[in-house]
Amino acid sequence: METPVNFDHPYDVLVVGGGNAALCAAIAARRAGASVAILEKAPRFYRGGNTRHTRNMRCAHDTATETLSGPYTEDEFFDDLMRVTQGQTNQPLARMMIHKSKDMLNWITEQGVRFQPSLGGTLSLGRTNSFFLGGGRSMLNALYRTAEKLGVHIAYEADVTDIEMDGQRFVAAQVSTADGPRRLAAKTLVAAAGGFEANIEWLKEGWGEIADNFLIRGTPYNRGTLLRTLIAKGMKQIGDPTQCHAVAIDARAPKFDGGIITRLDCVVFGIVVNNRCERFYDEGEDIWPKRYAIWGRLVASQPDQIAYIIFDAPSLELFMPSLFPPVTGQTIEELATRLALDPAALRATVDTFNAAVQPGEFDDKILDGCHTQGLTPPKTNWARQIRTGPFYAYPVRPGITFTYLGVEVDDQARVQLAAGGAAENIWAAGEIMAGNVLGRGYAAGIGMTIGSVFGRLAGEGASHYANR
Amino acid sequence: MQTGNAMSAASHARSVTEIQQAHLDEAERLMTVCNSCRYCEGLCAVFPAMEMRRAFATGDLTYLANLCHNCGACNSDCQFAPPHEFNVNVPKVLAEVRNDSYARYVWPGFLAPVFHRNGLMVTLIASLSVAAFFFGFAVWHDPDVMFGVHSGPGAFYRIMPHNAMVAVFGVAFFWAILAIIMSCVKFWRDIGEPSETLRDPKALAGGAHDAATLRYLDGGGVGCMNESDKPDDNRRLFHHLTFYGFMLCFAATTVGTLWHYALGRDAPYPWWDLPVVLGTLGGIGITIGPIGLLAAKFRRDPQLMDESRKGMDVAFILMLLLTGITGLALLVLRATPLMGTMLALHLGFVLGFFLTMPYGKFMHGIFRGLALVRYAAEKRRHLG
Repeated sequence: METPVNFDHPYDVLVVGGGNAALCAAIAARRAGASVAILEKAPRFYRGGNTRHTRNMRCAHDTATETLSGPYTEDEFFDDLMRVTQGQTNQPLARMMIHKSKDMLNWITEQGVRFQPSLGGTLSLGRTNSFFLGGGRSMLNALYRTAEKLGVHIAYEADVTDIEMDGQRFVAAQVSTADGPRRLAAKTLVAAAGGFEANIEWLKEGWGEIADNFLIRGTPYNRGTLLRTLIAKGMKQIGDPTQCHAVAIDARAPKFDGGIITRLDCVVFGIVVNNRCERFYDEGEDIWPKRYAIWGRLVASQPDQIAYIIFDAPSLELFMPSLFPPVTGQTIEELATRLALDPAALRATVDTFNAAVQPGEFDDKILDGCHTQGLTPPKTNWARQIRTGPFYAYPVRPGITFTYLGVEVDDQARVQLAAGGAAENIWAAGEIMAGNVLGRGYAAGIGMTIGSVFGRLAGEGASHYANR
Repeated sequence: MQTGNAMSAASHARSVTEIQQAHLDEAERLMTVCNSCRYCEGLCAVFPAMEMRRAFATGDLTYLANLCHNCGACNSDCQFAPPHEFNVNVPKVLAEVRNDSYARYVWPGFLAPVFHRNGLMVTLIASLSVAAFFFGFAVWHDPDVMFGVHSGPGAFYRIMPHNAMVAVFGVAFFWAILAIIMSCVKFWRDIGEPSETLRDPKALAGGAHDAATLRYLDGGGVGCMNESDKPDDNRRLFHHLTFYGFMLCFAATTVGTLWHYALGRDAPYPWWDLPVVLGTLGGIGITIGPIGLLAAKFRRDPQLMDESRKGMDVAFILMLLLTGITGLALLVLRATPLMGTMLALHLGFVLGFFLTMPYGKFMHGIFRGLALVRYAAEKRRHLG
């Protein structure tokens, strides 16, 4: 069933990338009658880029379904997008995507993807987001099975290093494979190879040397080679090259692919200090899901890009455990020593914080108003004294989820040229063009919506062009 | 397995050996990791049960391990499965803890070492059992009786008197039942579920339903994984054939006993009579089912299995298969001079099966059923 790519044979559609967007494009193109090759840079196990770490997609729907607890209209989706991006979105494109997202739930189910109702910790998304049964890798496996069944040819560990152009027309890709360099000609190109978050050198262009201290939440294969190639060949770039989605994750996580289980949800229950034992931001500003994406950037701006979440025993069971247990000390001083922090300085920071905490009724389910007085920066909710041992800490570093820089596309997912107009036979989908819709910010599941909707559009467009 | 094997007098479960502790430690690590991800919560009962806990004691892990049907779906869905450095391999590690649990709760406890090389032990007992019947028949009868043609009611009993059969199989059967019950008591206490749950009709019905339908052997609806990350598994079908085949054979024996004592009718019965019909259908089930399960086992992705205990699985499946085949052969050959031989073979395997029930893979069904009963109760408590 798994057919490798035949490099001696030109294809109608070449899809570069192996995640949700790439697979939706490949399946749509194949269903429309094209011969399709997928070149995935990662080995088979790591296929799918960031899709393997996703869990749900956000699609508009007018009524509740078996797995969605209520309607989510196009207008509400659009309002949410405008809010999280602070208006940095191509509005007509966003409206088109949201409209097409409605049919996506059906289409993607027809491709073998299964959904489940949201349970337990994700109930807040149960109305808006559709959860993949078994998560993103399960979703990917289903798409790959469908693609293979339809006769899409797939190569793994196939890295597109360059593309050949004839004017504004794509001709062939240069591919680095296990068997050496190969050339693959195709009538059309669908660029669905993701962003460059795993390319530390490229991150340094925007962030400077501190990017060496960033952890990458996804695989090491998201290097943005195709994105860079497309821009170099005259495609129009969109989005801020210095922007990326960054959260604070456990500093002990591996450099790459720590995924969901290195995330920490305990900032709101304690204080966060840098390696000089200074607090630097209001830990209780808002409920955690609304604030968790700012902490990567906050930690990135601290010395050595590291910080420590400090809390005490009463808070230990208020949040979910993660991959690593917290660092523990019977006293604040012992904890500081274990963290290689100055014990006296940490003691002073905790004492100052404790003295500023005002009496109040602690409630972790609401904005409880428990706050500090006369403290800079303040803690405006859930401020409780840190005084009951044992004391705990999680070291955190910026964890990079994805980048915003991409190529500009039109409403058919066709890549635009810097000189104006569209490239003749190049389409783009997924993170490589997400910046068109998502100029900044994020809301759960939008990345998958962008990938699926633009992937399907790109695949259909490319197939249509190839067989015109 | 050699160290820490001493049984503490007060403990209801055997103390944990070093290797068992290593399996438990790894299972605890995995459940903590999985609890911070939860992407698999829709696949089966294990992950929702895990989510009801924050910490995982030995009893919790034993319970979760016996709840796992080894469908393999979580392994192919997991972004952290091997070769990922986090090495999250839930099917394999829970299989190890599950297989350990059969030895830890065995009764009497000093028999735990039979699980050490279980395949060999089961094979030996089966062989000895078959040999004992041959030897017994040979000593008892002249060759012209053993290899004679017998027909009509009571034909079997001319080879082995009915009362002798009842004595041998009755003792073996009641011993097996006693040992299984004692193991279950240890298991139930160790997982920490109150005994009231076993008197809760809703929990019992829920558990029985999930066990009878193998509800969780389907990867949450996608199907199970066997050879690859594609749902290529048909173990549910073959397990159904095996389980219901076994139940039909059991029913055939029960009806036969009734016929004998209540109606005064002696075996062998005509082909259309209820014990034969039930036994034939059951025999077909425990022949085709085990063949399918065995084939699946040898094709199965080693990453999903506790390969060190493959011998136990294979021995159990083979025992069922040989019981089925010899039973069907006895039916076909019962009017020929081979009847005595087939009877010795069949009774030998049946006795071997009874004797090894509490000391082999058979226990998976018992502990799985109990775990499902607890899950049914727990789910209701949790969701209110």
